[in-house]
Amino acid sequence: MGVATDSQFHVLAVDDSIIDRKLIERLLKVSSFQVTTVESGCKALEFLGLHEDDEINANQPSVSPNNNQEVEVNLIITDYCMPGMTGYDLLKKLKKSSSLKDIPVVIMSSENVPSRISRCLEEGAEEFFLKPVRLSDVNKLKPHMMRTKVKEAHQQNDQEHIQERQEQNQEQNVETPEAESQQDANGNKRKSMEDGAITIQNKAQIQWWPICRFD
Amino acid sequence: MENHLNPFIHISCSYPKRHQVNQCSYFWVNSKAKTGVPLCLLGFGAVRLRTDMNRLLSLLFHQGVLDEQFLQLQQLQDETSPNFVSEVVTIYFHESEKQLRNLRNLLLDREMWDYVKLIIHLNQLMGSSSSIGAKRVRNICAAFRGAVEQNNRSACMRALEVLEHEYCYLKNKLHELFQIEQQRVLGDAVRYPGVLHP
Repeated sequence: MGVATDSQFHVLAVDDSIIDRKLIERLLKVSSFQVTTVESGCKALEFLGLHEDDEINANQPSVSPNNNQEVEVNLIITDYCMPGMTGYDLLKKLKKSSSLKDIPVVIMSSENVPSRISRCLEEGAEEFFLKPVRLSDVNKLKPHMMRTKVKEAHQQNDQEHIQERQEQNQEQNVETPEAESQQDANGNKRKSMEDGAITIQNKAQIQWWPICRFD
Repeated sequence: MENHLNPFIHISCSYPKRHQVNQCSYFWVNSKAKTGVPLCLLGFGAVRLRTDMNRLLSLLFHQGVLDEQFLQLQQLQDETSPNFVSEVVTIYFHESEKQLRNLRNLLLDREMWDYVKLIIHLNQLMGSSSSIGAKRVRNICAAFRGAVEQNNRSACMRALEVLEHEYCYLKNKLHELFQIEQQRVLGDAVRYPGVLHP
Protein backbone atom coordinates (compact mmCIF):
# COMPACT_ATOMS: atom_id res chain seq x y z
CA MET A 1 0.00 0.00 0.00
CA GLY A 2 1.98 2.98 -1.17
CA VAL A 3 1.49 6.70 -1.16
CA ALA A 4 -1.52 7.81 -3.16
CA THR A 5 -0.38 9.51 -6.34
CA ASP A 6 -2.19 12.42 -7.88
CA SER A 7 -3.82 10.26 -10.49
CA GLN A 8 -5.11 7.58 -8.14
CA PHE A 9 -7.74 8.06 -5.49
CA HIS A 10 -7.62 6.12 -2.29
CA VAL A 11 -10.85 4.76 -0.85
CA LEU A 12 -11.35 3.38 2.63
CA ALA A 13 -14.10 0.73 2.71
CA VAL A 14 -15.71 -0.26 5.99
CA ASP A 15 -17.91 -3.37 6.26
CA ASP A 16 -18.30 -6.13 8.81
CA SER A 17 -19.22 -8.72 6.16
CA ILE A 18 -16.19 -10.36 4.60
CA ILE A 19 -18.05 -11.06 1.37
CA ASP A 20 -19.15 -7.47 0.99
CA ARG A 21 -15.61 -6.32 1.71
CA LYS A 22 -14.28 -8.56 -1.02
CA LEU A 23 -16.95 -7.34 -3.39
CA ILE A 24 -16.48 -3.64 -2.76
CA GLU A 25 -12.73 -4.06 -2.96
CA ARG A 26 -13.03 -5.64 -6.38
CA LEU A 27 -15.53 -3.04 -7.59
CA LEU A 28 -13.22 -0.24 -6.51
CA LYS A 29 -10.09 -1.86 -7.96
CA VAL A 30 -11.81 -2.42 -11.29
CA SER A 31 -12.59 1.31 -11.27
CA SER A 32 -8.87 2.04 -10.75
CA PHE A 33 -9.07 3.18 -7.18
CA GLN A 34 -6.61 2.29 -4.49
CA VAL A 35 -8.48 0.42 -1.74
CA THR A 36 -8.09 -0.28 1.94
CA THR A 37 -10.76 -2.38 3.65
CA VAL A 38 -11.43 -2.53 7.37
CA GLU A 39 -14.05 -4.48 9.27
CA SER A 40 -15.36 -1.90 11.73
CA GLY A 41 -15.83 1.79 12.43
CA CYS A 42 -13.22 1.65 15.18
CA LYS A 43 -10.63 0.18 12.85
CA ALA A 44 -11.51 2.86 10.30
CA LEU A 45 -10.91 5.66 12.80
CA GLU A 46 -7.69 3.99 13.86
CA PHE A 47 -6.54 3.88 10.28
CA LEU A 48 -7.37 7.54 9.83
CA GLY A 49 -5.35 8.41 12.90
CA LEU A 50 -8.27 9.37 15.09
CA HIS A 51 -8.86 7.52 18.32
CA GLU A 52 -12.41 6.93 19.45
CA ASP A 53 -12.11 8.50 22.86
CA ASP A 54 -10.23 11.61 21.79
CA GLU A 55 -12.07 14.79 22.49
CA ILE A 56 -12.41 16.43 19.15
CA ASN A 57 -11.67 20.09 19.72
CA ALA A 58 -11.10 22.31 16.75
CA ASN A 59 -8.88 24.76 18.63
CA GLN A 60 -6.58 22.22 20.17
CA PRO A 61 -4.27 20.07 18.16
CA SER A 62 -5.25 16.40 18.34
CA VAL A 63 -3.65 14.47 21.16
CA SER A 64 -2.39 11.65 18.99
CA PRO A 65 -0.41 12.85 16.01
CA ASN A 66 -2.03 12.11 12.72
CA ASN A 67 0.52 9.59 11.58
CA ASN A 68 -1.35 8.86 8.40
CA GLN A 69 -0.53 12.12 6.71
CA GLU A 70 1.18 10.31 3.85
CA VAL A 71 -1.67 7.90 3.28
CA GLU A 72 -4.32 10.21 2.02
CA VAL A 73 -7.89 8.96 1.99
CA ASN A 74 -10.06 10.58 -0.65
CA LEU A 75 -13.35 8.86 0.17
CA ILE A 76 -14.84 6.65 2.84
CA ILE A 77 -17.53 4.13 1.96
CA THR A 78 -19.17 2.38 4.86
CA ASP A 79 -21.89 -0.14 5.58
CA TYR A 80 -24.74 1.14 7.74
CA CYS A 81 -25.53 -1.94 9.85
CA MET A 82 -22.46 -2.91 11.77
CA PRO A 83 -22.12 -4.24 15.31
CA GLY A 84 -20.82 -1.67 17.79
CA MET A 85 -20.32 1.52 15.81
CA THR A 86 -22.82 1.78 12.98
CA GLY A 87 -22.04 3.56 9.72
CA TYR A 88 -24.13 6.46 10.94
CA ASP A 89 -22.09 6.75 14.16
CA LEU A 90 -18.93 6.67 12.11
CA LEU A 91 -20.28 9.38 9.84
CA LYS A 92 -21.07 11.63 12.80
CA LYS A 93 -17.62 11.14 14.28
CA LEU A 94 -15.97 11.96 10.99
CA LYS A 95 -17.97 15.14 10.52
CA LYS A 96 -17.08 16.29 14.03
CA SER A 97 -13.38 15.88 13.39
CA SER A 98 -11.63 18.96 12.09
CA SER A 99 -9.11 16.99 10.08
CA LEU A 100 -11.50 14.46 8.61
CA LYS A 101 -14.75 16.31 8.05
CA ASP A 102 -13.95 17.18 4.46
CA ILE A 103 -13.48 13.59 3.33
CA PRO A 104 -16.61 12.59 1.40
CA VAL A 105 -18.53 9.72 3.00
CA VAL A 106 -20.85 7.26 1.28
CA ILE A 107 -23.20 4.92 3.15
CA MET A 108 -24.32 1.47 1.95
CA SER A 109 -27.24 -0.51 3.26
CA SER A 110 -29.20 -3.59 2.33
CA GLU A 111 -32.40 -2.10 3.77
CA ASN A 112 -34.32 0.55 1.93
CA VAL A 113 -35.49 2.71 4.82
CA PRO A 114 -36.26 6.28 3.71
CA SER A 115 -35.82 7.79 7.18
CA ARG A 116 -32.43 6.16 7.44
CA ILE A 117 -31.41 7.50 4.05
CA SER A 118 -32.49 11.07 4.79
CA ARG A 119 -30.84 10.99 8.20
CA CYS A 120 -27.52 10.01 6.67
CA LEU A 121 -27.74 12.59 3.94
CA GLU A 122 -28.61 15.28 6.47
CA GLU A 123 -25.62 14.34 8.56
CA GLY A 124 -23.40 14.95 5.56
CA ALA A 125 -23.15 11.73 3.59
CA GLU A 126 -22.65 12.35 -0.10
CA GLU A 127 -24.52 9.30 -1.35
CA PHE A 128 -26.50 6.37 -0.08
CA PHE A 129 -26.16 3.10 -1.98
CA LEU A 130 -28.49 0.15 -1.68
CA LYS A 131 -26.78 -3.21 -1.55
CA PRO A 132 -25.73 -5.12 -3.48
CA VAL A 133 -23.56 -2.31 -4.78
CA ARG A 134 -23.08 -2.22 -8.55
CA LEU A 135 -20.38 -0.88 -10.80
CA SER A 136 -22.77 1.87 -11.85
CA ASP A 137 -22.86 3.04 -8.22
CA VAL A 138 -19.08 3.07 -7.93
CA ASN A 139 -18.91 5.21 -11.06
CA LYS A 140 -20.69 7.95 -9.13
CA LEU A 141 -17.85 8.27 -6.64
CA LYS A 142 -15.21 10.01 -8.67
CA PRO A 143 -16.96 13.42 -8.92
CA HIS A 144 -17.12 13.64 -5.11
CA MET A 145 -13.44 12.94 -4.81
CA MET A 146 -12.53 15.35 -7.58
CA ARG A 147 -14.63 18.09 -6.05
CA THR A 148 -12.83 17.77 -2.74
CA LYS A 149 -9.45 17.77 -4.44
CA VAL A 150 -10.31 20.92 -6.41
CA LYS A 151 -11.50 22.61 -3.22
CA GLU A 152 -8.28 21.66 -1.49
CA ALA A 153 -6.24 22.95 -4.40
CA HIS A 154 -8.06 26.28 -4.26
CA GLN A 155 -7.57 26.54 -0.53
CA GLN A 156 -3.90 25.79 -0.93
CA ASN A 157 -3.68 28.43 -3.65
CA ASP A 158 -5.31 30.99 -1.39
CA GLN A 159 -2.94 30.12 1.42
CA GLU A 160 0.01 30.64 -0.87
CA HIS A 161 -1.32 33.96 -2.08
CA ILE A 162 -1.84 35.16 1.46
CA GLN A 163 1.67 34.15 2.41
CA GLU A 164 3.11 35.95 -0.61
CA ARG A 165 1.28 39.15 0.23
CA GLN A 166 2.34 38.87 3.82
CA GLU A 167 5.97 38.77 2.78
CA GLN A 168 5.50 41.63 0.33
CA ASN A 169 3.77 43.83 2.86
CA GLN A 170 6.44 43.23 5.44
CA GLU A 171 8.97 44.50 2.97
CA GLN A 172 6.87 47.55 2.14
CA ASN A 173 6.38 48.17 5.83
CA VAL A 174 2.62 48.45 5.47
CA GLU A 175 0.50 47.50 8.42
CA THR A 176 -0.77 44.04 7.86
CA PRO A 177 -4.34 43.60 8.98
CA GLU A 178 -4.96 40.99 11.62
CA ALA A 179 -7.05 37.97 10.83
CA GLU A 180 -10.04 39.30 12.75
CA SER A 181 -9.98 42.64 11.07
CA GLN A 182 -9.65 41.12 7.66
CA GLN A 183 -13.40 41.07 7.45
CA ASP A 184 -13.37 44.80 8.10
CA ALA A 185 -10.68 45.19 5.48
CA ASN A 186 -12.80 43.26 3.04
CA GLY A 187 -15.73 45.45 3.96
CA ASN A 188 -13.65 48.53 3.36
CA LYS A 189 -12.42 47.10 0.15
CA ARG A 190 -15.90 46.51 -1.08
CA LYS A 191 -16.99 49.90 -0.01
CA SER A 192 -14.09 51.64 -1.62
CA MET A 193 -14.55 49.70 -4.77
CA GLU A 194 -18.15 50.63 -4.89
CA ASP A 195 -17.13 54.21 -4.43
CA GLY A 196 -14.76 53.64 -7.29
CA ALA A 197 -11.87 55.12 -5.36
CA ILE A 198 -8.84 52.95 -5.26
CA THR A 199 -6.35 54.67 -3.04
CA ILE A 200 -2.87 53.43 -2.32
CA GLN A 201 -3.97 52.27 1.10
CA ASN A 202 -6.83 50.09 0.06
CA LYS A 203 -4.95 48.84 -2.96
CA ALA A 204 -2.63 47.03 -0.57
CA GLN A 205 -5.69 45.69 1.15
CA ILE A 206 -7.23 44.66 -2.11
CA GLN A 207 -4.26 42.52 -2.85
CA TRP A 208 -5.29 40.40 0.11
CA TRP A 209 -8.45 39.39 -1.68
CA PRO A 210 -7.44 36.15 -3.29
CA ILE A 211 -10.03 35.82 -6.00
CA CYS A 212 -10.16 39.22 -7.66
CA ARG A 213 -7.13 41.29 -8.40
CA PHE A 214 -7.30 44.87 -9.47
CA ASP A 215 -3.71 45.43 -10.49
CA MET B 1 -39.30 -14.75 -18.86
CA GLU B 2 -39.29 -12.24 -21.67
CA ASN B 3 -38.75 -9.20 -19.50
CA HIS B 4 -35.86 -10.82 -17.71
CA LEU B 5 -32.39 -10.39 -19.08
CA ASN B 6 -31.71 -13.11 -21.59
CA PRO B 7 -29.12 -15.13 -19.73
CA PHE B 8 -27.67 -16.58 -22.91
CA ILE B 9 -26.71 -13.24 -24.29
CA HIS B 10 -25.28 -12.00 -21.05
CA ILE B 11 -23.41 -15.16 -20.34
CA SER B 12 -21.70 -15.27 -23.68
CA CYS B 13 -20.72 -11.63 -23.39
CA SER B 14 -19.49 -11.76 -19.88
CA TYR B 15 -17.22 -14.76 -19.97
CA PRO B 16 -13.58 -13.82 -20.16
CA LYS B 17 -12.08 -14.77 -23.50
CA ARG B 18 -9.71 -17.67 -23.16
CA HIS B 19 -7.27 -18.31 -25.94
CA GLN B 20 -9.07 -20.23 -28.64
CA VAL B 21 -8.66 -23.96 -28.90
CA ASN B 22 -7.27 -24.93 -32.27
CA GLN B 23 -10.24 -26.57 -33.85
CA CYS B 24 -8.42 -27.63 -37.00
CA SER B 25 -6.23 -30.24 -35.41
CA TYR B 26 -7.19 -33.84 -35.86
CA PHE B 27 -4.26 -35.49 -34.17
CA TRP B 28 -4.02 -37.43 -31.01
CA VAL B 29 -2.00 -35.72 -28.36
CA ASN B 30 0.07 -37.49 -25.74
CA SER B 31 -2.00 -40.02 -23.88
CA LYS B 32 -1.85 -37.87 -20.78
CA ALA B 33 -4.32 -35.38 -22.22
CA LYS B 34 -6.20 -34.24 -19.16
CA THR B 35 -9.61 -34.28 -20.63
CA GLY B 36 -9.17 -37.85 -21.80
CA VAL B 37 -10.93 -36.86 -24.99
CA PRO B 38 -9.40 -37.27 -28.45
CA LEU B 39 -8.05 -34.01 -29.68
CA CYS B 40 -10.32 -33.96 -32.70
CA LEU B 41 -13.19 -33.58 -30.32
CA LEU B 42 -11.41 -31.14 -28.05
CA GLY B 43 -12.52 -28.16 -30.05
CA PHE B 44 -16.07 -29.38 -30.04
CA GLY B 45 -15.69 -30.41 -26.41
CA ALA B 46 -14.96 -26.85 -25.47
CA VAL B 47 -18.06 -25.72 -27.27
CA ARG B 48 -20.10 -28.43 -25.61
CA LEU B 49 -18.81 -27.49 -22.19
CA ARG B 50 -19.67 -23.88 -22.78
CA THR B 51 -23.14 -24.92 -23.85
CA ASP B 52 -23.50 -27.05 -20.75
CA MET B 53 -22.47 -24.15 -18.57
CA ASN B 54 -24.84 -21.78 -20.31
CA ARG B 55 -27.63 -24.27 -20.01
CA LEU B 56 -27.02 -24.77 -16.31
CA LEU B 57 -26.81 -21.05 -15.63
CA SER B 58 -29.92 -20.45 -17.67
CA LEU B 59 -31.76 -23.09 -15.67
CA LEU B 60 -30.65 -21.56 -12.38
CA PHE B 61 -31.82 -18.14 -13.51
CA HIS B 62 -35.11 -19.53 -14.66
CA GLN B 63 -35.66 -21.27 -11.34
CA GLY B 64 -34.88 -18.05 -9.50
CA VAL B 65 -31.98 -19.67 -7.70
CA LEU B 66 -29.60 -17.01 -9.04
CA ASP B 67 -30.24 -13.45 -10.11
CA GLU B 68 -28.35 -10.81 -12.05
CA GLN B 69 -26.05 -10.04 -9.14
CA PHE B 70 -24.30 -13.31 -10.03
CA LEU B 71 -23.69 -11.92 -13.50
CA GLN B 72 -22.18 -8.83 -11.89
CA LEU B 73 -19.73 -11.11 -10.10
CA GLN B 74 -18.78 -12.72 -13.38
CA GLN B 75 -18.22 -9.35 -14.97
CA LEU B 76 -15.78 -8.47 -12.21
CA GLN B 77 -13.66 -11.48 -13.10
CA ASP B 78 -10.85 -10.94 -15.58
CA GLU B 79 -7.19 -11.72 -16.22
CA THR B 80 -6.10 -9.75 -13.17
CA SER B 81 -8.50 -11.69 -10.96
CA PRO B 82 -9.26 -14.91 -12.83
CA ASN B 83 -10.77 -16.81 -9.89
CA PHE B 84 -12.81 -14.04 -8.42
CA VAL B 85 -16.19 -15.74 -8.62
CA SER B 86 -15.05 -19.03 -7.15
CA GLU B 87 -13.16 -17.21 -4.39
CA VAL B 88 -16.19 -15.20 -3.38
CA VAL B 89 -18.50 -18.19 -3.58
CA THR B 90 -16.12 -20.29 -1.49
CA ILE B 91 -16.14 -17.62 1.21
CA TYR B 92 -19.91 -17.54 0.93
CA PHE B 93 -20.18 -21.29 1.49
CA HIS B 94 -17.92 -21.09 4.51
CA GLU B 95 -19.80 -18.19 6.08
CA SER B 96 -23.25 -19.57 5.28
CA GLU B 97 -22.57 -22.94 6.80
CA LYS B 98 -21.42 -21.21 9.94
CA GLN B 99 -24.66 -19.20 10.06
CA LEU B 100 -26.81 -22.25 9.35
CA ARG B 101 -25.14 -24.08 12.22
CA ASN B 102 -25.77 -21.08 14.47
CA LEU B 103 -29.41 -20.99 13.45
CA ARG B 104 -29.91 -24.67 14.03
CA ASN B 105 -28.26 -24.48 17.44
CA LEU B 106 -30.47 -21.57 18.42
CA LEU B 107 -33.61 -23.46 17.40
CA LEU B 108 -32.53 -26.61 19.18
CA ASP B 109 -33.13 -24.92 22.48
CA ARG B 110 -36.54 -26.22 23.47
CA GLU B 111 -37.19 -23.62 26.13
CA MET B 112 -36.20 -20.13 25.11
CA TRP B 113 -35.27 -18.93 21.69
CA ASP B 114 -32.90 -16.03 21.42
CA TYR B 115 -34.85 -14.05 18.85
CA VAL B 116 -32.33 -11.23 18.73
CA LYS B 117 -29.50 -13.57 17.79
CA LEU B 118 -31.71 -15.36 15.29
CA ILE B 119 -32.42 -12.10 13.53
CA ILE B 120 -28.76 -11.11 13.55
CA HIS B 121 -27.68 -14.38 11.94
CA LEU B 122 -30.52 -14.25 9.46
CA ASN B 123 -29.62 -10.71 8.46
CA GLN B 124 -26.03 -11.71 7.88
CA LEU B 125 -27.01 -14.71 5.79
CA MET B 126 -29.51 -12.63 3.88
CA GLY B 127 -26.93 -9.95 3.16
CA SER B 128 -24.27 -12.31 1.90
CA SER B 129 -26.77 -14.27 -0.19
CA SER B 130 -28.00 -11.12 -1.83
CA SER B 131 -24.41 -10.03 -2.48
CA ILE B 132 -23.64 -13.11 -4.54
CA GLY B 133 -27.02 -13.28 -6.23
CA ALA B 134 -28.44 -16.25 -4.36
CA LYS B 135 -32.00 -15.07 -4.74
CA ARG B 136 -33.95 -18.03 -3.40
CA VAL B 137 -31.81 -18.45 -0.31
CA ARG B 138 -32.19 -14.75 0.37
CA ASN B 139 -35.96 -14.86 0.03
CA ILE B 140 -36.26 -17.80 2.37
CA CYS B 141 -34.18 -15.92 4.92
CA ALA B 142 -36.65 -13.05 4.64
CA ALA B 143 -39.59 -15.40 5.22
CA PHE B 144 -37.74 -17.02 8.12
CA ARG B 145 -37.18 -13.58 9.63
CA GLY B 146 -40.89 -12.85 9.32
CA ALA B 147 -41.68 -16.06 11.20
CA VAL B 148 -39.23 -15.09 13.95
CA GLU B 149 -40.78 -11.65 14.29
CA GLN B 150 -44.18 -13.27 14.69
CA ASN B 151 -42.83 -15.73 17.26
CA ASN B 152 -44.17 -18.56 15.15
CA ARG B 153 -42.07 -21.52 16.27
CA SER B 154 -43.40 -24.12 13.87
CA ALA B 155 -43.00 -21.76 10.93
CA CYS B 156 -39.42 -21.12 12.06
CA MET B 157 -38.65 -24.83 12.13
CA ARG B 158 -40.13 -25.30 8.69
CA ALA B 159 -38.26 -22.27 7.38
CA LEU B 160 -34.96 -23.65 8.66
CA GLU B 161 -35.55 -26.95 6.88
CA VAL B 162 -36.41 -25.23 3.62
CA LEU B 163 -33.40 -22.96 4.01
CA GLU B 164 -31.02 -25.87 4.52
CA HIS B 165 -32.51 -27.68 1.55
CA GLU B 166 -32.23 -24.63 -0.70
CA TYR B 167 -28.71 -23.96 0.40
CA CYS B 168 -27.68 -27.55 -0.43
CA TYR B 169 -29.25 -27.29 -3.84
CA LEU B 170 -27.45 -24.00 -4.53
CA LYS B 171 -24.12 -25.37 -3.35
CA ASN B 172 -24.42 -28.48 -5.51
CA LYS B 173 -25.33 -26.50 -8.60
CA LEU B 174 -22.53 -23.99 -8.12
CA HIS B 175 -20.07 -26.84 -7.62
CA GLU B 176 -21.31 -28.33 -10.89
CA LEU B 177 -20.84 -25.00 -12.58
CA PHE B 178 -17.29 -24.63 -11.34
CA GLN B 179 -16.49 -28.19 -12.40
CA ILE B 180 -17.61 -27.49 -15.94
CA GLU B 181 -15.63 -24.27 -15.92
CA GLN B 182 -12.53 -26.08 -14.69
CA GLN B 183 -12.84 -28.68 -17.43
CA ARG B 184 -13.03 -25.92 -19.99
CA VAL B 185 -9.93 -24.26 -18.61
CA LEU B 186 -8.03 -27.54 -18.55
CA GLY B 187 -9.13 -28.28 -22.09
CA ASP B 188 -7.82 -24.90 -23.21
CA ALA B 189 -4.56 -25.42 -21.38
CA VAL B 190 -3.64 -28.71 -23.04
CA ARG B 191 -0.57 -28.18 -25.21
CA TYR B 192 -0.46 -29.60 -28.71
CA PRO B 193 3.11 -30.45 -29.68
CA GLY B 194 3.70 -30.28 -33.40
CA VAL B 195 0.62 -28.21 -34.05
CA LEU B 196 1.16 -24.61 -34.97
CA HIS B 197 -0.70 -22.03 -33.03
CA PRO B 198 -2.85 -19.82 -35.22
